[in-house]
Amino acid sequence: MKKVKILGSGCPSCNQLADAVNAVIAAEGIAASVEKVEDIQQIMTYNVLSTPALVVDEKVLCKGRVPSYAEIKELLTAKPHGCCGNHGNKDQRSGSCC
Amino acid sequence: MATKTSVAEVVVSAMKTFLRQPTGMASQAQNLQWIAGIFVAAVVWILLYNNLELFATQLLQIARINRTNRLGEALHFFIYEVPKVLLLLTGVVFLMGVIHTFISPERTRALLSGHRTGVGNVMAATLGIVTPFCSCSAVPLFIGFLQAGIPLGVTFSFLISAPMINEVALALLFGMFGWKVALLYTGMGLAVAIIAGMVIGKLRMEGSLEEWVQKLQKSKMPVEDDDDAISWPMRLHEGVMHVREIVGKVWLYIVFGVGLGAGIHGYVPENFMASLMGKSVWWSVPVAVLIGVPMYSNAAGILPVVQALLGKGAALGTVMAFMMSVIALSAPEMIILRKVLKPRLIAVFASVVAAGIMLVGFVFNLLL
Repeated sequence: MKKVKILGSGCPSCNQLADAVNAVIAAEGIAASVEKVEDIQQIMTYNVLSTPALVVDEKVLCKGRVPSYAEIKELLTAKPHGCCGNHGNKDQRSGSCC
Repeated sequence: MATKTSVAEVVVSAMKTFLRQPTGMASQAQNLQWIAGIFVAAVVWILLYNNLELFATQLLQIARINRTNRLGEALHFFIYEVPKVLLLLTGVVFLMGVIHTFISPERTRALLSGHRTGVGNVMAATLGIVTPFCSCSAVPLFIGFLQAGIPLGVTFSFLISAPMINEVALALLFGMFGWKVALLYTGMGLAVAIIAGMVIGKLRMEGSLEEWVQKLQKSKMPVEDDDDAISWPMRLHEGVMHVREIVGKVWLYIVFGVGLGAGIHGYVPENFMASLMGKSVWWSVPVAVLIGVPMYSNAAGILPVVQALLGKGAALGTVMAFMMSVIALSAPEMIILRKVLKPRLIAVFASVVAAGIMLVGFVFNLLL
């Protein structure tokens, strides 16, 4: 079960991202919970400078844009790319990281 | 014709320099495909751009419309201006989309951290032109900058220049009024952003940030420049996506706007606005700014109005001040910023920027 979070304080593209993610999850049958984080103080703990941002298992995977269907599918299904230490604060805890 | 050719040359040489950069990890064939595609697109672009006049005249001839009457003149203006402005917009937005792949907000923050007032303000305002920015990200960006220890005044310089000097505004000014006006707008916009940021920095208003932001200001978040080296085809792809997004959003405004402009071009008497917004009317600048500040519109929405006013005898400085105040400051933005700024700082921010814009208006009117 993946924990997906959408960071964004209610701008149109944040809602677009949430809709897109929900659509991918429904269509591909991915086991995931989706939570929208709209509180700016909470958003800032992820150290993102642009919204909307897509967070999977506490790891910021994408920010400042709404990725395509294929890209969201990849982000939600593949093992997190990149390496430990990327994207700052709390991602070290996620188990699938190298 | 001479200026048009030089525009085309600039675009081509810019593309060439871009493509000479290292190509990352993408396969050679893919690179070639993209380079060829962009090259063909550039050639088509230049051919179209240089033959707009011919195209417009031919089309009117085919339709058997005479240019000598008012309707014919307005139609010609429309058929000539719409493709011209759209072509310019596409070109500029594409280049900007590619530039954005080099300068993320994270990189800008990394570049700015450690710079003090002065140099920092100049850098912030300049980077504001090329960094991807969306007004709905203004708050996370603002806090992110402060967390990295970037001074408040420097952060404001960025926050003023980023929305004001954007690619849509530049492309439209360039297309409708020529490169001189576009350049003047950029220069004056930079000046306002730098000086207003420095003034706000000097006023030492850190106490007027909301308490939770003040706490964060000392938190020293890691400043990382996430340097994901992406390949050239990806960069060009981003450019194309940027065109789709931006041009897809504003083209209708432009068609309507130029249509309006065409109507005014043909029908409204010359010097209609001169008595109201002409050079000799000193109070027109402050009034234009006061009307413009709360208004919210993007550059594409406001430019047709600007063109109409200018065409009928309004002074350039007055019109520029109006346009800057509409794009740079708006009521919705103030409401967003209220989450991090106390009302006192919002008031100072708005009045310092408005004063700067008024000054620009007066200077323009005096010099031109």
